[in-house]
Amino acid sequence: MAVVFALVLLAAGSVLFHLLSPWWWTPIASNWNYIDNTIIITFWITGIAFTAVVLFMAYCVLRFRHRPGNTAAYEPENRKLEGWLATSTTLGVAAMLAPGLFVWNQFITVPEGATEVEVVGQQWLWSYRLPGADGRLGTSETRDITPENTLGLNRNDAASLDDLIIEGGELHLPIGKPVKMLLRSVDVLHDFYVPEFRAKMDMVPGMVTYFWLTPTRTGTFEILCAELCGVGHPQMRGTVVVDTEEDYQAWLAEQQSFSQLSASSETKPAATIAAAAAR
Amino acid sequence: MVDVRSGIGEPLPPPEVEDVELYHPHSWWTRYVFSQDAKIIAIQYATTAIAIGMVALVLSWLMRLQLGFPGTFDFIDADAYYQFITMHGMIMVIYLLTALFLGGFGNYLIPLMVGARDMVFPYANMLSYWIYLLAVLVLVASFFAPGGPTGAGWTLYPPQAVLSGTPGGKDWGIILMLASLIIFIIGFTMGGLNYVVTVLQGRARGMTLMRLPLTVWGIFTATVMALLAFPALFVACVMMLFDRLLGTSFFMPAIVEMGEQLQHGGGSPILFQHLFWFFGHPEVYIVALPAFGIVSDLISTHARKNIFGYRMMVWAIVIIGGLSFIVWAHHMYVSGMNPYFGFFFATTTLIIAVPTAIKVYNWVLTLWRGNIHLTLPMLFALGFIVTFVNGGLTGLFLGNVVVDVPLSDTMFVVAHFHMVMGVAPIMVIFGAIYHWYPKITGRMLNEALGQIHFWVTFLGAYLIFFPMHYVGLVGVPRRYYELGEMAFVQESVHTLNAFISVMALIVGAAQIVFLFNLAWSLRHGREAGGNPWRATTLEWQTPETPPPHGNWGRELPVVYRWAYDYSVPGAAEDFIPQNQPTPGRMSHEAVS
Repeated sequence: MAVVFALVLLAAGSVLFHLLSPWWWTPIASNWNYIDNTIIITFWITGIAFTAVVLFMAYCVLRFRHRPGNTAAYEPENRKLEGWLATSTTLGVAAMLAPGLFVWNQFITVPEGATEVEVVGQQWLWSYRLPGADGRLGTSETRDITPENTLGLNRNDAASLDDLIIEGGELHLPIGKPVKMLLRSVDVLHDFYVPEFRAKMDMVPGMVTYFWLTPTRTGTFEILCAELCGVGHPQMRGTVVVDTEEDYQAWLAEQQSFSQLSASSETKPAATIAAAAAR
Repeated sequence: MVDVRSGIGEPLPPPEVEDVELYHPHSWWTRYVFSQDAKIIAIQYATTAIAIGMVALVLSWLMRLQLGFPGTFDFIDADAYYQFITMHGMIMVIYLLTALFLGGFGNYLIPLMVGARDMVFPYANMLSYWIYLLAVLVLVASFFAPGGPTGAGWTLYPPQAVLSGTPGGKDWGIILMLASLIIFIIGFTMGGLNYVVTVLQGRARGMTLMRLPLTVWGIFTATVMALLAFPALFVACVMMLFDRLLGTSFFMPAIVEMGEQLQHGGGSPILFQHLFWFFGHPEVYIVALPAFGIVSDLISTHARKNIFGYRMMVWAIVIIGGLSFIVWAHHMYVSGMNPYFGFFFATTTLIIAVPTAIKVYNWVLTLWRGNIHLTLPMLFALGFIVTFVNGGLTGLFLGNVVVDVPLSDTMFVVAHFHMVMGVAPIMVIFGAIYHWYPKITGRMLNEALGQIHFWVTFLGAYLIFFPMHYVGLVGVPRRYYELGEMAFVQESVHTLNAFISVMALIVGAAQIVFLFNLAWSLRHGREAGGNPWRATTLEWQTPETPPPHGNWGRELPVVYRWAYDYSVPGAAEDFIPQNQPTPGRMSHEAVS
């Protein structure tokens, strides 16, 4: 009987914990509430399945536990029952997979006209690059990285020269405009993760990865690294600020371009010193 | 429709292979140490796996101390923390679970359950264990090497695994880890070939494939998978070793490490991830399938009822084994691989849920209208179903590509895989030990100690890992030495973390009760007799308990029926052993 009690308690306790727990996702700040909805659908389907299985087990233990004189039934197979269960499981799985794939298609289809923003990860800090007046990012190469050119921009590419570079500072994004985050790493794997955005993606040295989002509320959010990148992994923090359009333009005007930074390159960028100190 | 009990009363096929003379040991050394007897090798494997598993248990205590009470313990710095999680993960997955299920249970049960005298290649089988032991020693050596063991995480992702920002990356740690894995795979291959060939060629007369107990089906399929999956890990390890030692660039693109240009270029870190998970995902089922098989037999025996839908269970094992080779990249949804892969791998991953769910239904339907004896093996089997269903269902979150995006690399993932491939298979291991210990030693394990062990372990483990999902749902990332200040993390999350840590200490301590029981019952346990559970499978029908070298005495057993003739209407007893020709009469071996 302790077993029956424990199983019922476990099923009921899990459901109550889910309903009453103060631990839930942080309020969303991007367009990916579709993802939250898919999670809710999944919680419902899996929650019902879990409770049903555990309670059925509790019933079996209660009803069919050994008592003197009991004998078990002899029933090797039941085609009908097995077919019915397999079919309903397939339907339940399809009910979760279909919205999942639908939203995934949105997730990987970047809308026309999304602004490109580059995030560069290195042990253990974030840097950012925004397109200059020409509206596009210049080319870059890990091989071109020097203490004066910490992001490895191509000096021979005209598009690079007006790119705005933010090292060690905050990233700002305008509200309501789709942004394609281009992700790059110069050393090991990192992962650009802002819990409020829901989206995240690894940054892989040697290639450029991406995801896109539209910020939907202003505020200041933490950037975390979500892929183990060495002992400094938990300290690799950054800040992203979602601004109104005016605030964003004001902030943008303060940023320095690659050519401006190169002109004053005798002062070593603070980021490199910080990296050396962290080591 | 084919009757699952097919062939009863049909004439037996003639023996295909002559009974062969075994190698007989001449000294204490060849009998108990360099033994070629699968049963001794099984005990050697199991003892070594449990011993190194205790190291992993202590490491989990240390990491939970840090997570629950950050800053309290000076000796756990960031380097040590990452070394602890890495070694904990690798030990649990490879050196404990894989070794114990295949090397331990596989060796003990396959020959006995299929009615063979031993494995077909006993010498290679012996080598398999000693090479495994060497792999464990090399792994342990990394704790004492300069720089300590690797702290790269058990996934060992390059480039960080071989760079200086990671503990052991530029020291001995990563080299010893890769070397140990390579040695392990060599040793495993020798054992694995044995298990496969013994199941295919060493079965007793009348033991058709569709009469094999599900335990054998689970271990057999897992071994076939391991033989196909481990080579991917093998080449990945060799390549990374070359990158680290010879300066090659298989996984190393152009890199600027701490402001310094490295000599590498052109390699792909994602290639390693594909190789790793091509092994790594089947590995989940290499651990799970033996557990599926064993728990099926535990439930059937202790509910005194045939396993429900035997043929469906066999096909589910085979289909899961096959599908598990085309789902690997669901570990890589946010790795930066081509995002269109997501459609394919999410679909295959969710399809695998169907045969898995069928297995769960068949376990609970075996309980239905059974005669459930709440013995310790049955309790652990029930604990397995609960934790496996829980962990399997959260897999539907993580497998469904877009749902994985916010949850990936958070504590939700940690909770999920611990529930599904940590707690659940370990429940089966415990159940199996309580079940087969009487056959291995001739004595029963102590019931009262077993009850304490079960309740603390089952409820405690659930209280550790169920709430942990919600820590991940909040957004707390995994593999963080300390959370520090995170604006979106409420203070109560830290309290929850402390609670989880306390539970982890308690559950860990309960394992000491289990180890004590194993030792104490060896001399003081109740005499078990030959077949204390009144089970049908061949290992319970040996003429002597514990079975001696050669298992069967003069005559090999002959099999007349499937493994699940429990509570057959009209039979004299509620079980009919597989080697009993007619339902009414008891064969002499079966009486305990």
